[in-house]
Amino acid sequence: MFRSLLARSGLLHRGRLLVTALCTTVVLGIATLGLPVGAHAASLEFGDMYAGATAEGLIFSDTLTSLAGSSVTMHGYMAPPLKPSIDFFVLTETPMSICPFCSSDADWPYNIVVVYVDGSVTALPYDQEVSVTGTLDVGSYVDGNTGFVSQVRLLGASVQ
Amino acid sequence: MKHNHRLQQLIHLSLAGALVFGFGALAQAAPAAPAANPAALAQRAEYHNGSTTAQAGQAITILPINRAKLWAGQRFDFEVEFPAGSTGTKVTINGTDAEKVFHKAAVVHNYGTHLSYRINNVSFPAAGAQEIVAAANGTGGELTRRATYTVVKETAKKKAKNVMLFIGDGMSMQAKELGRILSKGLSEGKFNDVLAMEKLPNMALITTSGYDSIVTDSANSMSAYMTGNKSVVNAMGVYENKTKDPLDDPKVETVAEILSRSKKMSYGMVSTAAVTDATPAAVVSHTRRRAEQPYIAAEFLHRNNPPQVVLGGGAQFFLPLGTPGSKRKDNRNLIQEFKDAGYQFAGTKTELNNLNGKDPILGLFTMSHMNVYMDREFLPKNQKVLKGFMDQPGLLDMTKKAVSVLEKNPNGFFLMSEGGSIDKQLHTMDWQRATYDTIEFDKTIEWAEQYAREHNDDTLIIVVADHAHGVSISGTYKEENGKTGREAVRVYADAKWPTFQDADKDGFPDNPDPDTTLAVQYANAPDHYENYRFQPTPTVPATVDAKGKVTANPKRAPQGARLVPGDIPTTTGETQECHSADDVVLMAGGPGSEYFHGVMDNTEVFFAILRALGVDATKGTPEIPFTAEDAAK
Repeated sequence: MFRSLLARSGLLHRGRLLVTALCTTVVLGIATLGLPVGAHAASLEFGDMYAGATAEGLIFSDTLTSLAGSSVTMHGYMAPPLKPSIDFFVLTETPMSICPFCSSDADWPYNIVVVYVDGSVTALPYDQEVSVTGTLDVGSYVDGNTGFVSQVRLLGASVQ
Repeated sequence: MKHNHRLQQLIHLSLAGALVFGFGALAQAAPAAPAANPAALAQRAEYHNGSTTAQAGQAITILPINRAKLWAGQRFDFEVEFPAGSTGTKVTINGTDAEKVFHKAAVVHNYGTHLSYRINNVSFPAAGAQEIVAAANGTGGELTRRATYTVVKETAKKKAKNVMLFIGDGMSMQAKELGRILSKGLSEGKFNDVLAMEKLPNMALITTSGYDSIVTDSANSMSAYMTGNKSVVNAMGVYENKTKDPLDDPKVETVAEILSRSKKMSYGMVSTAAVTDATPAAVVSHTRRRAEQPYIAAEFLHRNNPPQVVLGGGAQFFLPLGTPGSKRKDNRNLIQEFKDAGYQFAGTKTELNNLNGKDPILGLFTMSHMNVYMDREFLPKNQKVLKGFMDQPGLLDMTKKAVSVLEKNPNGFFLMSEGGSIDKQLHTMDWQRATYDTIEFDKTIEWAEQYAREHNDDTLIIVVADHAHGVSISGTYKEENGKTGREAVRVYADAKWPTFQDADKDGFPDNPDPDTTLAVQYANAPDHYENYRFQPTPTVPATVDAKGKVTANPKRAPQGARLVPGDIPTTTGETQECHSADDVVLMAGGPGSEYFHGVMDNTEVFFAILRALGVDATKGTPEIPFTAEDAAK
């Protein structure tokens, strides 16, 4: 069982991550305290995260678990944020279509990645592929503000 | 949790009241008014509505609402909401104090914003009209609100033993016709055959609105079928009260709850969607918010009469938080809880087939909704879509297995079987995937019709959509002579015929993307790219741009597609095609199906089922209202 880095560290309650970041990067209007984009970051594909799937649980891949705690870059699409002034967004393999009337976190595909940034997520191009680099965090985690459940996260992420 | 605390207070007060007056007390004191002519009742109801001239925010709300229809003995929570500051509140039913009618004390709670007067778990034991009058001294003067209920009890001449209700989610008449065209085809302008569901002898047009809006959703519409009472968008098995808590709204008993207690019948739910999705959930659940799926999953099991079969997708709400894939926020393992309660569990089609059918079954085959026929069976190499869930049963497999368990009850059974993804694929404007699921849905009904014939013809079969989609067949589409996109759409005599082939006669076209396909258009869509062709990889029509405005998904139909401007708002976040308010068609056969004819309200499905079975709903121990405390235990 993987215990989330967030849960272990107790660092993230409002998505504020005390990362030993050295540079402040302004990307797309977001002040991001994070790792230098692409610096020594391993690449991770959506298709590489799970080794298998059963109704009684998904199986993390060795690739995913071996990269936990490391700086990782992923490419995907930002889903529109759940609500304004939120400190995370959902990265998906393909652009997301949502139904605000009926949607809950039930409707997300299981291979999503939750990306925590320092600050609020605003004015992001949801219809264009983006590159996200952050510290990979693996294991079940419930967001303290929204109750959003995730399995895989990128922390202190910067977005390009 | 402020709401939970408040709920607990209410529960305690309710329990106190119940101890004083006795659980299960039936209304006996009120003399039933003579049955009134329905048209006259409606007229009177409108007059009463018009006479409640309170200012906005100063009106009294009566739940169930005016014009509600109830089955004699059907349980419900009765709630009247008075404006804040009201004094001298009084509630009567046919002139008698409501507490005397129901033999229970009302729980009055001041929420600050309003005053709630509530009597839980009550019923009217006999048919007749019930006139509710609620009055108070409001801050602006005297307030009065009236509501009239119709309580009915009927029995069909020939009674049914079993009921199978098939819900084609979002299966508008045109969506059904797409299934007929692709599955049966035409020769000389005549269809070679009609769908199995279209061979059922009785038919009605069903209106679909809830009491809040002309356009409904699957929770609200299924709630009408299951309770005989309308609700609001996103809600099931409840009327909407003023509190924010989605679990404290006044409940209305469902057909499954009534049949299992009063006739000791078994029941089950089968769906190609998640089992906690709106349609299967509404068979027994009571919540204002359909997204409360962790609660709904627990509510299935922890009740007096749980379903004997639950089959579909949605494992994510049954797994403990620590298990990868879980969407629960606690560490409850509901799969284990079902097993501990004597259920057999299946996680794949193979496991489902291997179950002996003697014990109740929980089968969950994907984390969320199950994959559609096209990706599951027709394009078996579509592994990227299946995401590892390679051994999923189809609707027919699940329905057969469900019946094999349910039919063992000599008192009969009620089965709800849903083609859930007809709707989901129309939302993403993928009519080909929707249509293959419609055909699979029809093949399941074909089997059900055969089952009924071979089992004494005592099964009422009802097939109905829960709402429509604004999808229409405008002609055909053929790219030739350099024409593509809009210019390749052919109308009137130019349309001729689509060229779908079914050489292997399995009912599914061999190629979902023939040379000449159908031109299918949508009435309520976001901006999207359209090339009329089949998409091997499902691609959503729209997403949201950097300014939060809904915009066409550039990944959709990239080759030769044209941008079709949408006709729904761009600022409300609707990135999918929306439901329409169109009537839907209901088809039925077997004992009691003669009830269906003409234009009917969606709530009549509930009454038709109880009439066909000749239910005495005053019998049996009512399901003790399921509470948030039960879900959390």
